[in-house]
Amino acid sequence: MIYREAGDFKTTYRDDSQTFPIRFDRRAYYALVAVAFLVLPFVMNDYWASAVFVPFLIYSIAAIGLNILTGYCGQVSLGTGGFMAVGAYAAYKLMTAFPELNIFFVVLLSGGVTAGVGVLFGLPSLRIKGFYLAVATLAAQFFLVWLFNKVPWFYNYSASGQINAPERTIFGIIVTGPSTPAWSKYLFCLTILFILSWVARNLTRGEVGRTWMAIRDMDIAAEIIGVNPLKAKLTAFAVSSFFVGVAGALFFAVYLGAVEVTEAFGIQKSFLVLFMIIIGGLGSMFGSFAGAAFLVLLPVFLKNALVGGLGWPTDLAAHLELMIVGALIIVFLIAEPHGIAALWRTAKEKLRLWPFPH
Amino acid sequence: MKMKRLAMVAAAALAVASPALADLVFPSLSYRTGPYAANGIPFADGYADYFTLVNERDGGIGGERIKLIECETGYNTEKGVECYEATKGEGALVYQPLSTGITYQLIPKASADGIPVHSMGYGRTSAANGKVFEWIFNYPTNYWYGASIAIKHILDVEGGDISGKKIALVYHNSAYGKEPIRTLEKLSEKHGFELMLLPVDHPGQEQKSQWLQIRRERPDYVLMWGWGVMNQVAIQEAANIRYPMDHFIGIWWSGSENDVKPVGDKADGYKSLNMHMPGADFPIYDDLKKYVYDKGLAAGNGDQAGTVLYNRGMYAAMLAVEAAKKAQEIHGTAKITPAMMRDGMEALEITQEKLAALGLPNFGPEFKVTCENHGGSGLALVQQWDAKAGKWNVVSDYIAPDLDVVWPLIEEDSMAFAKENNIELRCK
Repeated sequence: MIYREAGDFKTTYRDDSQTFPIRFDRRAYYALVAVAFLVLPFVMNDYWASAVFVPFLIYSIAAIGLNILTGYCGQVSLGTGGFMAVGAYAAYKLMTAFPELNIFFVVLLSGGVTAGVGVLFGLPSLRIKGFYLAVATLAAQFFLVWLFNKVPWFYNYSASGQINAPERTIFGIIVTGPSTPAWSKYLFCLTILFILSWVARNLTRGEVGRTWMAIRDMDIAAEIIGVNPLKAKLTAFAVSSFFVGVAGALFFAVYLGAVEVTEAFGIQKSFLVLFMIIIGGLGSMFGSFAGAAFLVLLPVFLKNALVGGLGWPTDLAAHLELMIVGALIIVFLIAEPHGIAALWRTAKEKLRLWPFPH
Repeated sequence: MKMKRLAMVAAAALAVASPALADLVFPSLSYRTGPYAANGIPFADGYADYFTLVNERDGGIGGERIKLIECETGYNTEKGVECYEATKGEGALVYQPLSTGITYQLIPKASADGIPVHSMGYGRTSAANGKVFEWIFNYPTNYWYGASIAIKHILDVEGGDISGKKIALVYHNSAYGKEPIRTLEKLSEKHGFELMLLPVDHPGQEQKSQWLQIRRERPDYVLMWGWGVMNQVAIQEAANIRYPMDHFIGIWWSGSENDVKPVGDKADGYKSLNMHMPGADFPIYDDLKKYVYDKGLAAGNGDQAGTVLYNRGMYAAMLAVEAAKKAQEIHGTAKITPAMMRDGMEALEITQEKLAALGLPNFGPEFKVTCENHGGSGLALVQQWDAKAGKWNVVSDYIAPDLDVVWPLIEEDSMAFAKENNIELRCK
C-alpha cells in the first residue's frame, strides 16, 4: 500500500537504473543519511561511539572490502586480518614519519599501501582457485602478522611491540588520540564509510564490477567473451585490499588507539569479517552493512540485556552470548542461505504486494 | 536498513542505565571465559570477595559502601574498550584490567579522562616513573624488576657467577611477554650470560618446537613470561623433556595452582616469583569465612580461596581500599572522586603494622608510593611448588631488584613517551 512502485514513473534510463528505484526506499535512505550525519553526532556519547557505532562503521568498510573480492569476484580470502594489519601499520608509519600529513590522507594512503600488498598476494589467484586460493590467502594472514611482530622497524623499535596512535586533527578538530570527542571519531568514520560505499556501489554496477561478476560466475566463459582475467582478478584484489586497509587504519588510529598485531589482527578477525559477509549476503552492499551490524551490535546488545538488564553473572552471560550468536548464525543460514540481504529482498517483495498478496 | 534501526532502538533502551553516583564504584574488568580464564577467575573472585568483606564487616570505606561492577573482557582489547566506556560513566575510581594489552589501551584514555589505572605488577613498566605518568600506577613491582629479581635468584643459586651460562626466556609473544627482554639484554651484558629468546604465540597451546629447541640447546635456566593456558602447557612440555624443574622459573603470573596442578607430580620443584605470600594462613581468612563465605556472598563458585591468584586479587583490592582511605583522609570527605583517589594512591604507604592490622601479617613487602615513584619498592620472593603437599613453599627472602640497571631503562623509556606525547614533567 505504502511501499509500491505504482505511480512512480521513470522517463530516463538513468532513473530506471538508480540504486533505490522505489520512492519509499529512496526517501528512507535520504532520511537515514540525514539522521546519521545531522542528528546522531549531536547525541553521541563516548559509550555509543566507542562500543557501538565506530566498530560498526569500521567493520562495515572491511565487510564491503571483502564482499568485493569474495562476493562480487568469487575469490575466497582468509587474509582480511593480515590486510587490516597492513593498513594499521602503514597508518602508524605514515603518522610517525610525516607528522604534518593530514590524517584523512594518511588513511587513504594506508589503503593504497594495502592495495599494493593485496595485489601481490592476489597473484596466485591467477593460477589457483577456491579452497587452494583460500589457503594461499591464509598464508598471507600468518605471514603478515608474523612480519609485523618480528621486524622492529614496523613498530618503531618500541619495547613492547605495541603501536600507539598520536593525536591528529582535521580543521583543528581532534580525530585520533585519547582526547578525541565522541562525535568527531564517529563523524570521521561515517564520512569515510559514506564515500567508500558510494564508490563501491558504483564500481560494482559499472564495467569493472561486471567483469568481476563474469569471472565469479564462470571464468572460462568470461575469458571467451573477452574479459581479461588478470585485470579483473587483480583489480578486485586491489580494490578489496584498499577498503580493508582503510578499515585497518581506522581500526587502529580511531577506534583502539593502541594495537598489538597478534591480538587485534589475528586469524579470528579474518573469520569474523568472512562471517559478516556470509551472514549478511554475498555480493550485496546491504548485506555488508547487515552482516557487520549483526556481528558487532548483537553481542553488545546481548551483553547489556543479560548483564545490565537481567543482572546475570558476567561469565554465564558471556558463554550464553556465544551460544546465542552461534545458534542464530546456524538458524539464519538454514532459513536463508543467501543471508540477511536475501531475507530483506523477500520482505520487500512481500511488502510491495501487501495487503493484497494475490 | 530497518533491521539495523530496530537493533539500535532496542539497544538504546537497554544500554543506557542511569548512572548512580552514590557509592564508591570499583569496576572489575575480569575474564572468566576464554583461554586465560583459568587465571582470570581466581583473581576476579579474590578482588570481589575483599570488597564484599569491607562492605559487610566495616560497612564500606569510611561509611561509603562499595559498588563493584564486573565486566567481562575475555582478555580481549576490543571488549576491554567497551567495558571501560560502559563503566567510566558510573564514577569508576580506579581501573585494574589485569591485562597488559588493555592497560596499554587505557593509559592514554584514562589519563585524558582523569581516572587512575593501577596495573599491579603488569602493564607498562615505565609507568613507574610518576613524573611522566600522572594517572598510572604499577606498585608494588613490575616486569623489569621481576626480570632482575629472577636473575638475582639465579646468581644466588649459582654462588654469584653466571658468566657463560645460557638462560632461555619462553615468553608470550605480545606486549606482555616482550616487556622483560630489554632488561634481560642489559643484564646479560652485565653478568655475561647468554640470552636465548623463545616466543610463544597466543594463546600458547602450541609449544612443541620451542621445547624441542630447549632440549637441543640445553640452557642452564629457563625463565617464563606466560599467562593462561600457556603456563600449563609450558610446564607440561618441560616435564616431557625432563627439564630440571628447579631451573625453570616463572614470573608471578606463571605461578599459580592452576598452572602446576594439571601436570601432577612432574611439576614438583617448579619455581616462580611472587609479590606476596601464598596460602591461606592469615587471620583475614577467618573474617572472610564469617562475613562472606558463610553468608553465601562469595564470588564465582567460591572454590578459589587461598590460591595464589585469589590472594593477589585480594591484595589488589586491599591496596585500592587503603588508597581510598588515604584519599578520604587527605580530602576530608568520604565521597571521593577519581582525582581524589589518585592523590590517595600517590600518598599510599604500606607498613607491616598496617598489614598486621588488616589481618595480613607479613603478606607483602613494605613500600611507599611517591610523586616520582609510582612503582613501589619492587621486592619479590621466590616460591617453589611442592606437588606432594600440593602447595607453594616460599624459598627465598624478599629480593630487591637491581635498580642501577633497571631505573635508567625506566627513565629512558618514560622520557621517550613524554617526548612523543608532549607531556610536561611533574614533581618539581
